[in-house]
Amino acid sequence: MSTPVSARPATAALKTQDRTIDAAPALEVEGLVKDFHSGGLFSRAAVRALGGVDLAIRKGEIVALVGESGSGKSTLARCIARLEKPTAGRILLNGTDVLKRDRFQASREYRSQLQMVFQDPFGSLNPVHRIEHFLTRSLTLHGKAGTPAQLRTRLDELMTTVGLTPDMLNSYPHELSGGQRQRVAIARALAVEPEVILADEPTSMLDVSVRIGILNLMRQLRDEQGISMLYITHDLASARYLADRIAVMFAGELVEEGESLDLLANPAHPYTRLLVSAVPDPARTGSYDPHERAALRAAVMESASCAFDGDPEQRCSATEPVRHRVGDPANEHWVRCHLYRPPATAASHALSAEPLESAERPDTPPTDESRTENKASS
Amino acid sequence: MTVSQTSFGSREPVLEITDLTVKYRGDTRSTTAVDRVSFSIGTGEIFGLAGESGCGKSTIANAIMRLLRDPAEIAGGSIRFGGQDVLAMGPEQLRRFRWQDVAMVFQSAMNSLNPVMTIGDQIVDIFTTHAGYTRKESLRRAAGLLELVRIDPARLKSYPHQLSGGMRQRAVIAMAVALKPSLLILDEPTTALDVVVQQEIMAQIKELQRELGFSVLFITHDMSLMVELSHRMAVMYGGRIVETARAKDIHAAPLHPYTQALMGAFPPLTGPRMPLTGLADGVKFSNIADLEEASPGHFVSPLPALQGAQP
Repeated sequence: MSTPVSARPATAALKTQDRTIDAAPALEVEGLVKDFHSGGLFSRAAVRALGGVDLAIRKGEIVALVGESGSGKSTLARCIARLEKPTAGRILLNGTDVLKRDRFQASREYRSQLQMVFQDPFGSLNPVHRIEHFLTRSLTLHGKAGTPAQLRTRLDELMTTVGLTPDMLNSYPHELSGGQRQRVAIARALAVEPEVILADEPTSMLDVSVRIGILNLMRQLRDEQGISMLYITHDLASARYLADRIAVMFAGELVEEGESLDLLANPAHPYTRLLVSAVPDPARTGSYDPHERAALRAAVMESASCAFDGDPEQRCSATEPVRHRVGDPANEHWVRCHLYRPPATAASHALSAEPLESAERPDTPPTDESRTENKASS
Repeated sequence: MTVSQTSFGSREPVLEITDLTVKYRGDTRSTTAVDRVSFSIGTGEIFGLAGESGCGKSTIANAIMRLLRDPAEIAGGSIRFGGQDVLAMGPEQLRRFRWQDVAMVFQSAMNSLNPVMTIGDQIVDIFTTHAGYTRKESLRRAAGLLELVRIDPARLKSYPHQLSGGMRQRAVIAMAVALKPSLLILDEPTTALDVVVQQEIMAQIKELQRELGFSVLFITHDMSLMVELSHRMAVMYGGRIVETARAKDIHAAPLHPYTQALMGAFPPLTGPRMPLTGLADGVKFSNIADLEEASPGHFVSPLPALQGAQP
């Protein structure tokens, strides 16, 4: 069932020259909804963490999912990885509805098609085992170990692929640096030869100087092995660096999506504009404009107008999340109609999900700054 | 006597650190966390200290505040603040020096608020303890402080859990500048916050700094943020400073390979997508030599030999 290992480098060489993304989606998510039960045992109250997410990742494509803490990005990844049971919606892997196929939990087949790389390389590797153990275990579980000699070759190969030396197989996790550990975690995901890798903030716990190395490795895996990835991050700059497309999430729903460079150069949704304007930029002179900031915050929550209002081809709607095309169709850049307001409960629930960091998100009804700024402007 | 009034406006450095060495003593061996580090911060200057976890930047901050406890030990060098020798201060002098002359905001500062006291009581505490104001006068000043960081004075009656993370962090910053210190140490003040809130807090600090004229020692690993905020900066590695210059100069032309790797870790948001290279895993610099002046005001440690580079 598995592709022979030796066949890989040949196809890899072809793909690096002129990378063409296969049109067929490797992973498709349709109308995914996730409600978390809240309150006591008999309470019917629920928190809506995901409010109908539609997202497709094509073969050999990296899609970045960006948003602030509490926006639901990790919930989406956990639903796709089948660590959480979605309330509604479909997850299609190569066209197969996996929620129907494996109704209760992810099957081994699903795990061999889709793997996850977690944020914390210190917590995701058991300290009492050598590196060899993690990789061997993955290979054996998925029936890819073969004879001892084949296993040895495969292990060495995996280590080389992720930029480590085969002699590190005998090391314990504590002997490796954070970057090296994250490489081991990636090698473990690669061992089962997955088609899709979900990477949830894979670099945010690493020292800054080695982060770019991990991003380059992910890019290399995409280019050489055609692996699709969902890269979840709050760092717009790294999303732009790595991803083919960026999807912006706010209050459990996607608000904008498009080709990375185009999306960050021409952000159409006020929330995306807010995020882009807040990224530290050494080239920028002076600070942000408080009035503009207040206007953006207001526009995120209660927009009174939509840029596409009056365009007969692109109908606006305040009740349905209509997608408007932005600019050149080649960029596949769309933005949700500004007039659409997420159900107030969804937005406020997204806040209460993580009160510590996210309570003061732009959608909080007038925060103290915007209030003072409004006073100043009026 | 507080230095804040006397030294303001002069070109004298507020803080002068010379050959500071800090060791952590173990039973069998000791580790040098800070190794012969020298820098100075001028009046009203924002000085950035960049580096990764474990490079000694927080140890320096704690050394300035004389907060180091066993097994850490200042093994050499001097810290002078407004002409006074910080390392020779007695307990009473030190008590005044902390908070009145130098205040510090820690990384998890928003969690350092006392959960069972209102914000107001905690600020009033500072005034009654350190400045000897009456409770009424302290409350009036506390309200003014919150307004300074754009928090509604009605929040004086709130408990920390009733405020958002960003508001708590701003309340802590307000408390730090309560006694108008002449130096504010910020140790990764915004790492736990989202970008939008981070940007607003940094803007607030800059505004306060312009208004009150204090100097800032700003510690972070986020080079973009540091270059945007600081006037001058130093990059630390393994307890030593490898490069120091005006922030804009370091951003335009980083000379040390480590600085280049740190800069490369933050891809630009505009322009074409350029391949960047970070520092390979396991690359270590050792025996970092003393700084040499590469161009006026731009000091860099001579290029070291790379060790442990991976194939």
